Amino acid sequence: MRRHVGRNVTRPDGAAKTAGSARYVDDLVWPGMLYGRTIRSSIPCGDITGIRFAFDRTGFTIVGADDIPGPNVVSLITDDQPCLASLAVQHVAEPVVLIAHADPERLLAASVEIDYRPAEPWFDAATSTHVFKHVRIDKGSLDEGFARADLVVEGEYRTGHQEHLYIEPNGMIAVPEQGGITIYGSLQCPYYVHKALCRLLALPPDKVRVVQAETGGGFGGKEDYPSIIAGHAALLALKSGRPVKLVYDRMEDLLATTKRHPSVVRHRTGVRRDGTLVAMDIDVLMDGGAYCTLSPVVLSRGCIHATGPYRCDHVRIDGRVVRTNTPPNGAFRGFGAPQTLFAADVHMERIAEALGLDPVRLREQNALRPGDVTATGQTLGPDTAALDVLRATIERSEFHRKRRAFRGTTRGIGMSLFFHGSGFTGSGEAYLASKASLELTDRGVRVLAASTDIGQGQRTVHAQIVADTMGLPLAAVEIEAADTAFVPDSGPTVASRTTMVVGELLRRCAEAMRSRLGSRSPRSFRRAHGPLVITMQYEPPPGLVWDDDTYRGSAYGSFGWGCEVVEVEFDPVTFEVRPTRVTTAQEVGKAIFPLGVRGQIEGGTAQGLGFALLEEVVMRGGAMANAQLTNYIVPTTLDTPPMDVVILERPYAYGPYGAKGVGEMPFDGVAPAVVNAIRSLGLDLRQVPATPERVMAAQPIVAAGSPDPAHSMRNDRRKKRA
Amino acid sequence: MKKQPAKKAATTITFVLNGKRVALRAHPMRRLLDVLREDCHLTGTKEGCGEGECGACTVLVDGQAVNACLVPVTHVEGARVSTIEALNGRHPLQRAFVEHGGTQCGICTPGMVMAAVALGPRPTRTQARIGLAGNLCRCTGYEGIYRAIKAAGKPVAKRSLEPGRQPGADRGGQRGRNKT
Amino acid sequence: MVPLAGCTDIYVGLNAGAPVHTRYLDLWRLDELRGIHRAHDVLRIGALTTYTDIIASRLVGRHLPMLVAAAHEIGAVQVQNRGTIGGNIANGSPAGDTLPVLAAADAIVELQSRDGVRKVRVTDFFTGYRTSVMRGDELITAVEIPAVDGMQFFRKVGTRAAQSISKVVVAGVRAAQPRVSFGSVAPTVVRVPLTERALANGASMSEAQRILQTEIAPIDDIRSTAAYRRRVAAGLLAQFWSSTS
Repeated sequence: MRRHVGRNVTRPDGAAKTAGSARYVDDLVWPGMLYGRTIRSSIPCGDITGIRFAFDRTGFTIVGADDIPGPNVVSLITDDQPCLASLAVQHVAEPVVLIAHADPERLLAASVEIDYRPAEPWFDAATSTHVFKHVRIDKGSLDEGFARADLVVEGEYRTGHQEHLYIEPNGMIAVPEQGGITIYGSLQCPYYVHKALCRLLALPPDKVRVVQAETGGGFGGKEDYPSIIAGHAALLALKSGRPVKLVYDRMEDLLATTKRHPSVVRHRTGVRRDGTLVAMDIDVLMDGGAYCTLSPVVLSRGCIHATGPYRCDHVRIDGRVVRTNTPPNGAFRGFGAPQTLFAADVHMERIAEALGLDPVRLREQNALRPGDVTATGQTLGPDTAALDVLRATIERSEFHRKRRAFRGTTRGIGMSLFFHGSGFTGSGEAYLASKASLELTDRGVRVLAASTDIGQGQRTVHAQIVADTMGLPLAAVEIEAADTAFVPDSGPTVASRTTMVVGELLRRCAEAMRSRLGSRSPRSFRRAHGPLVITMQYEPPPGLVWDDDTYRGSAYGSFGWGCEVVEVEFDPVTFEVRPTRVTTAQEVGKAIFPLGVRGQIEGGTAQGLGFALLEEVVMRGGAMANAQLTNYIVPTTLDTPPMDVVILERPYAYGPYGAKGVGEMPFDGVAPAVVNAIRSLGLDLRQVPATPERVMAAQPIVAAGSPDPAHSMRNDRRKKRA
Repeated sequence: MKKQPAKKAATTITFVLNGKRVALRAHPMRRLLDVLREDCHLTGTKEGCGEGECGACTVLVDGQAVNACLVPVTHVEGARVSTIEALNGRHPLQRAFVEHGGTQCGICTPGMVMAAVALGPRPTRTQARIGLAGNLCRCTGYEGIYRAIKAAGKPVAKRSLEPGRQPGADRGGQRGRNKT
Repeated sequence: MVPLAGCTDIYVGLNAGAPVHTRYLDLWRLDELRGIHRAHDVLRIGALTTYTDIIASRLVGRHLPMLVAAAHEIGAVQVQNRGTIGGNIANGSPAGDTLPVLAAADAIVELQSRDGVRKVRVTDFFTGYRTSVMRGDELITAVEIPAVDGMQFFRKVGTRAAQSISKVVVAGVRAAQPRVSFGSVAPTVVRVPLTERALANGASMSEAQRILQTEIAPIDDIRSTAAYRRRVAAGLLAQFWSSTS
């Protein structure tokens, strides 16, 4: 019975948040608590030759690399990143020493000097030879494809760093307890932190407990980074024997924590006169910063999405993510796809310009349809909705009428078509082997999952799914805190998987539990049989086959689909581009909490507008030079336009009630739509952020593309033979 | 964590906090934000940047929205200070924020709600955009916030934050107002 | 000894690691430094007048509307409620948004010390980047603006639509002798006398824009580039001229 799924229920955490009583890390205090501070490198590359403590150390706890009980490593994918630098540093703001004191004033006044023997840093990703990961995707034969092309269009597209700018900076509290440690943190993935700390501190799993505090935004910025700051807080807590609060101020958070990977993506595309894509040759370069972190997976997702939501028989995607001596980059909403989807859809616009084709017609012609095969060889299912979102958005936005009306004025309109695979790539979900549980209570059930609500409404959606599956009122479903002492490892809260994957686990738990209960109420069942906990583990959908070595197969269980139209106003005096309206249709399988889905689309769009127009990380000497909110600019109310959002549903057979993911996709389509709107003004822009300075420097558009000389020669030879 | 002035130079500051008169000892240059969170244990007001850019620390001082991270506590001597806790979770805006998607992660919400209170009754969307331009939200794209403000209709007038006071009440000789 | 008014800047500096002063002079309670009055064609604005006060003032709205325009563009509501015009002058940032208004209006800064009162034209007040003729024992007490004849113009080009530091900011008065002042294009706010004279003498706009480039010295910085500032300043000059004709 669907009493809650698909309806706008009252989100259970809303009252505390609006009352100001929800507790974030910095709101928590412990008796005897110390404050922690991280001493960081001031150079981008070099050996550490000495550390001097030029202050009275009374009452101070000091931790260096030598104090680490386990391996000095931040556990993620590759063991290349130290928790604390010991012999050398590879980037500015790399953590070297930790200090703690009960008096924040004395803590801040303490002067720690680090001596270095500087080495030559490497900042240029294009020439970096240290490759964290190389990905290659092949489909068909490029030669065959280009032989059929009437025109070849080439282009290079660039995106820069982006900062998550969660309004709550990173923070942790570590509390030593009976030979172990408890962490309260602003985080997305309690079990990532748990795993990293067990290793770092050489503690068994039952001696490490990680609890998510109310978290003020994540966007991926609290996916991998928390393992570092939690490790730091824990080391200080264990050495001092006291609780330690380690909370970053905004400047430190901006300087030291992860950012979106900058990218350079090159396209060389063969097209026929009628717009059919016949060959796509794509080169992807991403800058990973100084350590590997999650770069291989970011590159992977970026490459898999690199063609855009278009079909083409002959594709080659070659991607690499490399090291530079800058603070390591990490997860950020979209996770590689925004970078490559930006390139793909601005490139499509340039193809339309070159062929003199209507940009919508070009997208329509090439959009993936059910039954089509992607670049990795995945046959798409009936829930493929590219054409649906395209038509819905183009019609609702009055795209063609406005495009004609805006010609020759200072108003522009642009579109993008995009898609986003839900869940971990390929065998990733099978590898995670996530679990979730339901525990019977007297009133109803308790959800036990490691998923974290970071604003997106996880608590609400999980409760709705369980309530409806069990036929319970919403209030009878309790959501346990994301506390590793009580919940199983449901995997991280990332990759748009929390509804689709973990929600489905909970739905299966609820189904099984309802079966067990039969006609008994929870209370009477408990009286009769005692406690009941049902756990379900991830099962891949049937037929989901993926080869990590060849990058072939079904990359994701399902894709969400989106189309975006952005209208802009251009000021020829200041070169400012102001978005005036956004219209978007996005297909999400099933909107379990429609208000939540709308919120993700609206919020992701605003963040995308920042990425497209405003947000620039200015790097000088390998460090963020504009590490203050005064100078790192995110959109205010006056920078965001009205947003007209349409939610479409093409149910996914293996998602709970048909749901796919939605957290990331809304971000993907904004930058290309904005740049395409600027292109509609006649300005040749291929980069974001499209700041006024860049817009001022943009050349007028000259229609791209040239007949491939090799193709012409081949045709001449054939004609001669004939 | 901010550089804090020396503790030893504390002075007594007396002001009205959420309708109640309080007197506390603090260095006059301590930020109002820290005094509220640490001394008064009112952690509803949040710190997002310490630069007056994000508005998460918005409180009302004599009915005006200010960034508590930029106000030295000595400046509220004799003033009326209202934080999110003054609303007791019962203000129509608070309910509306929940029901209409005005709050997601919630960290900007207390400051946003206080700034929305300062907008006065039934602001237009344009007035809301201007009045909230100093409050950053990274989750909602602001649309849910406009919906919430519209749905809240006529918010309870500011006077009810402190029972018994009328709007435009004389504030004694502390601060003159310009007469033009 | 650091005098404090609205404090919208001091904590930003402290948080960024500027030295913690041990002595502050808190002016906030000095009501004598508040008030907006007009007498004998002179608009007198007390140093502690906030931007919100300016926006609300009918006197300023009638006699110096370009100052109201500037006040609207500073920060957002929270900053406008506390930031003061005296603070904007004393801070002396080349990007201070009220400064081009005051310079174009030939405003006078009133300074007081134990030795008495001193009045200095805004255009003589700043001597270099964040430096002025103000002595360590002086306080800004008011700013006086003589009657402004002619249409007033103000435009700020910031990094975004609100809460931004200006990349270029301009104020102008259209009269037989036009007055134009720019901020963020030199170490201090500047008037552009040669450009003004050219316009007064009927030069073409492109000629005036060419002369303008000799009177400004913008730099590349964290927010923008010299090239952008030059181009936009030229465009703003034209916009001033065409919108006040």
